Amino acid sequence: MKHPLRTGVFAIGGLALAGLYLAACAGIAAPTERPNRYSELADRLTLADRRITDVVTAINFDIRGFDTLGEEYILFVSVMGALVLLRQVDQKHERDPADARTPRRATGPSEAVQLWTLGMTGPTIVFGLYVVAHGQFTPGGGFQGGVILATGPLLIYLADEFATFKRIISYQLIEVAEAVGAGGYVLVGFLAWFDGQPFLTNILPLGETGQLASGGTIMLINDAVGLEVAAGFVVLMHAFMQSSLHDH
Amino acid sequence: MIGLQITVLLLVAVTGSAVALVRVPERQLIVMSLFGLTLAIMFAVFQAPDVALSQLAIGAVVLPLMALLGLVELRKRKK
Repeated sequence: MKHPLRTGVFAIGGLALAGLYLAACAGIAAPTERPNRYSELADRLTLADRRITDVVTAINFDIRGFDTLGEEYILFVSVMGALVLLRQVDQKHERDPADARTPRRATGPSEAVQLWTLGMTGPTIVFGLYVVAHGQFTPGGGFQGGVILATGPLLIYLADEFATFKRIISYQLIEVAEAVGAGGYVLVGFLAWFDGQPFLTNILPLGETGQLASGGTIMLINDAVGLEVAAGFVVLMHAFMQSSLHDH
Repeated sequence: MIGLQITVLLLVAVTGSAVALVRVPERQLIVMSLFGLTLAIMFAVFQAPDVALSQLAIGAVVLPLMALLGLVELRKRKK
């Protein structure tokens, strides 16, 4: 640090943070302790009232489903924001002919990389679908599985080049998928109104524990989130790659 | 179990500090990816597999990727 004043300011802030952090740590319960009723209640509700086994999924998509709706729209708005920013850059670059002449990637990836990434694409997509579909029973769900699904097209990009990535995915379809995923969550929430219940109430038949189609609205919301996250990330990668790595 | 928890916490501390200490952005992103991976292992060790899965996908793959693409974008604009 060259500036003594800067170091001084950092020292004051750093010490205060350290003190508050340690004070906060003193109050943390041991991982084995169960200090609040909420966790016990969630445990009980998940299996008895929702007939699914993954507590985190039950909390995320049902018990506090409204919060998750907000979180999903944070992602949605972030993707939109990135698209808007990158589109402005695109226009600027169109006026600059020197950029259009920048060389493409000189050499493609090695055969070993191609073989490995192409071989992994199928299993990755299947695994992503598995993680999305089994959100009610095992760790995972729409969000985690959606991100895994989005890495499938990314592997294709790594194996070959952007042109192939673009040829394989249908951008229009991906955009529609993102919209359906984001809107689907809200529509599932509205279902409860037909029954005179509050927004996002789980009114659908719960089914049997262990069945893929179980948990009522949890399953639908889980799948909608999976669609939204997977499509959102592909849209984001597409925009970045279009703008950063290649001339149009 | 306690030993494993302490080990993984130390790993997180070491890789986390490494991210801050590496000064070259491209290399920093690779180290950050490794840091994301150790965080995911930590969540798994502390019995939060849902968070571990999210962290694995976001922290180890998507975040470094987005930052890398952002870096490319910045460099391109500077030219």
